[in-house]
Amino acid sequence: MNVVKRILLAIALPLILFAGWYVLSAGSESFYSPPLEKILVAFGDTWSLDRLKADVAPSLLRLFAGYLLAALIGIGAGVAIGMNRRLRAAVEPVLEFFRAIPPPVLVPVIMLFAGIGDAMKVIVIVFGCIWPILLNTVEGVRAVDSVVLETARSYGVNGVARITKVILPSAGPQIATGLRQALSIAIILMVISEMFAASNGLGFTIVQFQRSFAIPEMWSGIILLGLLGFVLSLLFRLAERRALRWYEGLRAAQRQS
Amino acid sequence: MTSPRRGNPARSGSTALLGVAGLAGLLLVIELAPRLGLVDERFLPPASRIAAALAEEAGTPAFWTALTDTLLAWSVGLAIAVGAAVLAGIVIGSIPVLRSLTASTIEFLRPIPSVALIPLAVLMYGTELGSTLLLVCYAAFWQILVQVLYGVADVDPVAFETARSFRFSAWGRIRHVLWPTALPYVFTGVRLAASVALVLAITAELVIGSPGLGKEIAVAQASEAVPTMYALIVVTGVLGVIINLLARTGERRLLAWHQSVRGEVTA
Repeated sequence: MNVVKRILLAIALPLILFAGWYVLSAGSESFYSPPLEKILVAFGDTWSLDRLKADVAPSLLRLFAGYLLAALIGIGAGVAIGMNRRLRAAVEPVLEFFRAIPPPVLVPVIMLFAGIGDAMKVIVIVFGCIWPILLNTVEGVRAVDSVVLETARSYGVNGVARITKVILPSAGPQIATGLRQALSIAIILMVISEMFAASNGLGFTIVQFQRSFAIPEMWSGIILLGLLGFVLSLLFRLAERRALRWYEGLRAAQRQS
Repeated sequence: MTSPRRGNPARSGSTALLGVAGLAGLLLVIELAPRLGLVDERFLPPASRIAAALAEEAGTPAFWTALTDTLLAWSVGLAIAVGAAVLAGIVIGSIPVLRSLTASTIEFLRPIPSVALIPLAVLMYGTELGSTLLLVCYAAFWQILVQVLYGVADVDPVAFETARSFRFSAWGRIRHVLWPTALPYVFTGVRLAASVALVLAITAELVIGSPGLGKEIAVAQASEAVPTMYALIVVTGVLGVIINLLARTGERRLLAWHQSVRGEVTA
């Protein structure tokens, strides 16, 4: 019963909003906001399997490549900087500055170096979404309990084991926060890099529709992007919950006591 | 949360020194790498030339107009988003049915990348300030709304019930119980939203071509004025740092009475 009620509550408003949109836009004469029915038909027509393969798959590949690279570099450098106080003091202002630069302005710069190919798009994504991962990892590593660290040291846990068994798990929740922030930045940058110069990809296609005034198709692209963002954040939440199960359990126990 | 070593003035002095050294090192690398031929000078001009371009830009009225346009879009968009999100957050947060009813929708709308709205903004407002505002408001709104919802959920039910039994009016309960609890969350949301709003303002200008720093960067890139382009990018970075600093100081000032800040003051 409880589950049914929760599911009903969860889907009620989306259904109402969607139905409202459908009914209110049904007779719409406006060129820019066509009836939802038309958009849905366009959605089915536009995003066929071939189209998905030709435009969405390359986008997703770039997204994953960039995100993965950013995660690897960000966590790696973050652990190194977090563990070394002098290094941290020296690079912190520089990092703060780079983080404050709005990532999309780097697209023109990276276009100079890497041209307009796939490499450019991946580099843009890496450069934009590395900062939340890096800075959160630094904070997480800094906050590792010094008693835990000393205990590990006196038990002879050193080197790689010290990082993988002590530091990374304890900084895990913070790192996950950084990864979550980075995910939405990565999606934004994927779209923007494709809006600049590309011959395929989701961002390219949506802008193409807008320029050729294919309005229902453009709306269907926006909906697809929304669905994509939603699905990716859902997947992330699942992965996060698996990886940090011990932490959620700890929090729940603390809340009960 | 801060470690005691931060309180040591000698240490924080040497930290600042190391930080300055880090910045100087970065400038040195940017100056030397192109001069020694490690990177093509057409791609990355030496730091001194970027600085010269920056000085030149600062002398033109067009630069200051662009800067004002960006700041205008940023501040107006952020203000609208704060107002709307705080209002919506308190209403949704304090009515349980609404909260569970909207939870899934908020989760759905939040990850829609705001850039997906760029084509829509172009169609609706063209290359005017309105397109920038639409994107800024949309992106900043969710950041704040989610924080306000967390804040309202954090209200101590005992305190709330106590206020009710003392016959506080609904307004009084919001004013004296709910608001002080939610305020730190609101500020966190505003701080996050302030930087997101800047990013979106400049992105919109860059991609759509609405007036502002982003447009100037696009123009500089198209006319291959590479040092100017770097100079403008540095300006956006400095702007971001300033906004971050202001938001943090403002938060600390206005929440000086709050536990989370009082604990930090010693740092």
